[in-house]
Amino acid sequence: MPVDVDAVVLSNTQLSHDYNTVILAAPRLGDQALPGQFVMVKTTYGDDPLLRRPFSVFEILRDDAGRSTGVSLLNKRIGVTTRALYALRPGDHVRCLGPLGRPFSVAEPPEQAWMVAGGVGLAAFATLAANLRARRVDTTLFYGGRRADDLFHLDTFESLDVHLRLATDDGSRGDHGNVTVPLRRAFVSTDRTTPVRLYACGPTPMMRAVTELAASEGRATEVSLEQVMGCGLGGCYSCVVPVRGPDGTHFVRSCLDGPIFDGGSVVWEQLGE
Amino acid sequence: MSVDLSVDVGGLQLATPFIAASGCFGYGLEYGDIVDLSTLGAVAVKGLFLEEREGHPPTRIVETPSGMLNAIGLQGIGVRRFVADKLPGLRDCGAVVLVNICGSTTEEYAEIARILADADGVAAIELNISCPNISKGGMMFGSSLRGTHDVVSAVRRVTTLPLIPKLTPNVTDVASFAVAARDAGADAVSLVNTFLAMAIDIETRRPKLSNVVGGLSGPAIRPIAVRMVHECRQAAADLPIIGMGGIMTSEDAIEFIIAGAVAVQIGTANFVDPFVWSKLREGLTDYLHRHDVPSVSALVGTLDTTRGHTA
Repeated sequence: MPVDVDAVVLSNTQLSHDYNTVILAAPRLGDQALPGQFVMVKTTYGDDPLLRRPFSVFEILRDDAGRSTGVSLLNKRIGVTTRALYALRPGDHVRCLGPLGRPFSVAEPPEQAWMVAGGVGLAAFATLAANLRARRVDTTLFYGGRRADDLFHLDTFESLDVHLRLATDDGSRGDHGNVTVPLRRAFVSTDRTTPVRLYACGPTPMMRAVTELAASEGRATEVSLEQVMGCGLGGCYSCVVPVRGPDGTHFVRSCLDGPIFDGGSVVWEQLGE
Repeated sequence: MSVDLSVDVGGLQLATPFIAASGCFGYGLEYGDIVDLSTLGAVAVKGLFLEEREGHPPTRIVETPSGMLNAIGLQGIGVRRFVADKLPGLRDCGAVVLVNICGSTTEEYAEIARILADADGVAAIELNISCPNISKGGMMFGSSLRGTHDVVSAVRRVTTLPLIPKLTPNVTDVASFAVAARDAGADAVSLVNTFLAMAIDIETRRPKLSNVVGGLSGPAIRPIAVRMVHECRQAAADLPIIGMGGIMTSEDAIEFIIAGAVAVQIGTANFVDPFVWSKLREGLTDYLHRHDVPSVSALVGTLDTTRGHTA
């Protein structure tokens, strides 16, 4: 059941001029959060900005005994709330409502897991990687960014025994180009009968490209869609996604029926930018 | 002294004056896990047409200073599926249900009301004659005195349920619409729906909403809504008013009650804080104690304009 916690900021690591990772003391959130779920965040008590914003739960932090102590959020400074999150100091408070939404389905051996992340889309995958490792699933992260210094938390994923396949727009690290370059190569070198579960989170065009590439290999992709969201609880009908069903295309709420969707059911051309 | 939070809204008995506003609370059941729906005064469910509707494509909301624009386009499951799939669950939760209905024609409003008259668990009908985001229906009726009269009287003929037209603020003189609604047989009115508004992305020079225009809600509109409740109270003191418009706290709600609202609806605030309901009850109870007022009813319309103003 979702809780609304007034979480204290334990640390804020500014990773670059626009990315940061905030650690929040929120054990009740960490206790419940499943891979792919999100929290609705409000950084102020006033009316401006008014609405909360959705953020993936990045990591669930635990003490030596394995008890949840809190969660971290991976943030990219873009708008009002993300600017406020970037500027947080230890001791500040952040209101977090969650965990919310339908989680990823977690692969089981012998199935492999391929996680495909673009930019801040990496935020969806640390909790998933931890769950996959606990199940001893062979896991690979395909991760694209603008430049080498735009790829973050590689050590986090390496420590979770995740294989890394990197790509940068300027070729300064990994493949030159977007993340589909190493993904395409992986498809070529992987037999079609090898079971692989694919996950994607990042810019909409990237998730669409990954879904279509995977589909051409006869494989499904679970995508984490980020829509403009009002409440996170199904009340406002703002965050809808056009989804193809047995009786035609319908708008479904990404807060309740997502944010994780079967990429093959999403009507990408109607999704907007 | 214990204070009495219950109110009578034109024959509709509510345990508290706090109602979840239509369009801001889904069909109510979405919140059943985290809110005891029986502790709300009532739940006004998302507006229903006769048939299912898909609504507008995204983007459907955009945040503006101390407020938000929406153009959802009344996506909904239609009244028959609501009665079959949602109403039983709402009954089981002990919710007092206001069913908000909308039509493209007066006949459609009446047809929906007839279906609801046969359903078990409907406490009242709220007539959406004020949605600014649809091409047919909604505000098309509520922005004309004749349209308001026609819809209210058509529905009045087919139902004995309390009938509450929800008024649009997008008119010159909202009080005349309250009077028209009363004269056509309304038991109460609710106001205000959202203000027609728009926002533009200056980089792309495109509208931020797919529908180009939308309805503005939130604290930004609150003072205008308070003024409109006051005007309706002045024009029709015998007509119960449900006030709304950017109520975030119990203090905001009390302001509407003093202006003349017997109950209030909570919309945008529920997005920000779904646990707002107990805070509203506690704040109102505390206020009544501090001011030695025995009941909410005794506070309604107690605006004092005889002693000048307080800044």
